[in-house]
Amino acid sequence: MFLYLPIAELSVNVFVILGLGIGVGTLSGIFGVGGGFLMTPLLIFLGIPPTIAVGTEANQIVASSVSGVLAHWRRGNVDFKMGSVLLVGGVVGSTFGVWLFRLLKELGQIDLVIMLSYVVFLGTIGSLMLVESIRAMQRARSPSRRRKLHQHNFLHGLPFKMRFRRSKLYISVLLPLLIGVFVGILSAIMGVGGGFVMVPAMIYLLGMPTSVVVGTSLFQIIFVTANATFLQATFNQTVDVVLAIILLIGAVIGAQIGTRLGSKLRGEQLRGLLALMVLTVCGKILFDLLVTPEDLFILALGSGH
Amino acid sequence: MLLTMLTAWTASSVRAEPVIVDLSRNFVAITAGFTGTEVLLFGTTDGRGEVVVIVEGPKENTGVRRKEKVAGIWVNGRQVNFTDVPAFYKILSTSDLDEWLPLPVREENQIGVEYLDVQVEGDVNEADAAEYRAALIRNKQRIGHYGKVEGRLQVTDGRLFRSTVHFPANVPVGKYQIRTHLVDKGKIISTRTMPLTINKVGIEAEVFRAAHEHSALYGIAAIIIAVLAGLGGNALFRKG
Repeated sequence: MFLYLPIAELSVNVFVILGLGIGVGTLSGIFGVGGGFLMTPLLIFLGIPPTIAVGTEANQIVASSVSGVLAHWRRGNVDFKMGSVLLVGGVVGSTFGVWLFRLLKELGQIDLVIMLSYVVFLGTIGSLMLVESIRAMQRARSPSRRRKLHQHNFLHGLPFKMRFRRSKLYISVLLPLLIGVFVGILSAIMGVGGGFVMVPAMIYLLGMPTSVVVGTSLFQIIFVTANATFLQATFNQTVDVVLAIILLIGAVIGAQIGTRLGSKLRGEQLRGLLALMVLTVCGKILFDLLVTPEDLFILALGSGH
Repeated sequence: MLLTMLTAWTASSVRAEPVIVDLSRNFVAITAGFTGTEVLLFGTTDGRGEVVVIVEGPKENTGVRRKEKVAGIWVNGRQVNFTDVPAFYKILSTSDLDEWLPLPVREENQIGVEYLDVQVEGDVNEADAAEYRAALIRNKQRIGHYGKVEGRLQVTDGRLFRSTVHFPANVPVGKYQIRTHLVDKGKIISTRTMPLTINKVGIEAEVFRAAHEHSALYGIAAIIIAVLAGLGGNALFRKG
């Protein structure tokens, strides 16, 4: 069944998009990741213009993070104070990000910047995950060693300290603010929630307990992606609600499958598999940037209107 | 000489028009299920000459960019903008145009992609303009908006001609013109122009208009839909 997307202005097979939503939703259910970092490049591979993939995916992530945060909230795994500081940074960052997006779109370089960001982030995250899961597989065979809760470093010498009771932290607000800004920019430019950067940053830079990390990250992602959706729709007209609705139906179904599967499957091997998928997507984008194009000339985007 | 002209004149006045043409419809609606469509074009001549039909979309401005290699990566380089570019352009004819349509006539009437009267914006030297112009046409052909070859009109009894005109799923919206020329002895002896409108209708049109005319409200609505979907998804979760 084909459906014409009113903003993307092309016809897509509903079942392919639905399948994509279910597939990525399943992964996010298993791993507790948002999945935007896989969904956006896959949409681009399917022929959706990169700018519309980014704007629409931000919209879809609003839905999946609302759904996800409620489950964590019920278990008390959301640090609202930390989340609020992060989201202030995130709103500033995503606003700046959308402005930057518009500027790059006018310069005709937005596609390139989206692709390069994906290569850098997917490459880094994929490699780290792969190494981590290989180590975990080795560790499973040898006796485990205890690790320190978190290290003290220069970051703890910054001013404007604030107490975050739920996270058991007393740190400078500047650090979560800056992380929020950075992730906000990524969210606007890459069409991701940014959980894949936020979660490690919260654990390793802020030293938050892992139990509250995912819930708090989801909480702030709702607001950051909502802000990105609003601004993308207002200034760039790149949010296709029809596409977003199909994706989020798929994602809701997928998340259910994923959570059930996740409890039955072995973690390290799955993480290794996800890492390989991330690296494959990264490799494909990189290949497209490096290989000599069939035609050295292209039609400029959005000039037809 | 005078006699032949006179006979021709009487013949044409008796049969009224040397060429008559019509379309199976003059409005193409892009609905949710649109995957491209075909419009039937049919007509009749008074038995003379050959027929060429030009299907031309609305004129627009289009930019063409050249890709350049910077540090091993292909990036978007210089852009040249064109105006008066038909968004869509296809030709149908009764037989090979090269055999009966002289080049000056083709040039004058913009029959063939190489004769399109597109204008270069700004200060671009001739060699560059030609290169970008060729690239513009090549790209439009690749996405299916310009025809690569002439379509064929089927002829019956030497007078009736017909063909379907295919519009792909990514067809540009707007007002189209379908020009039909009757050509005899290397000259256009009659021309008919039919309008055709292609537009989004129903929900597709509403969504597009909302997104472009009420962008901020559209953004808010998109967020509300997402939040509700998230809550709904979560409710399903708890049951399941």
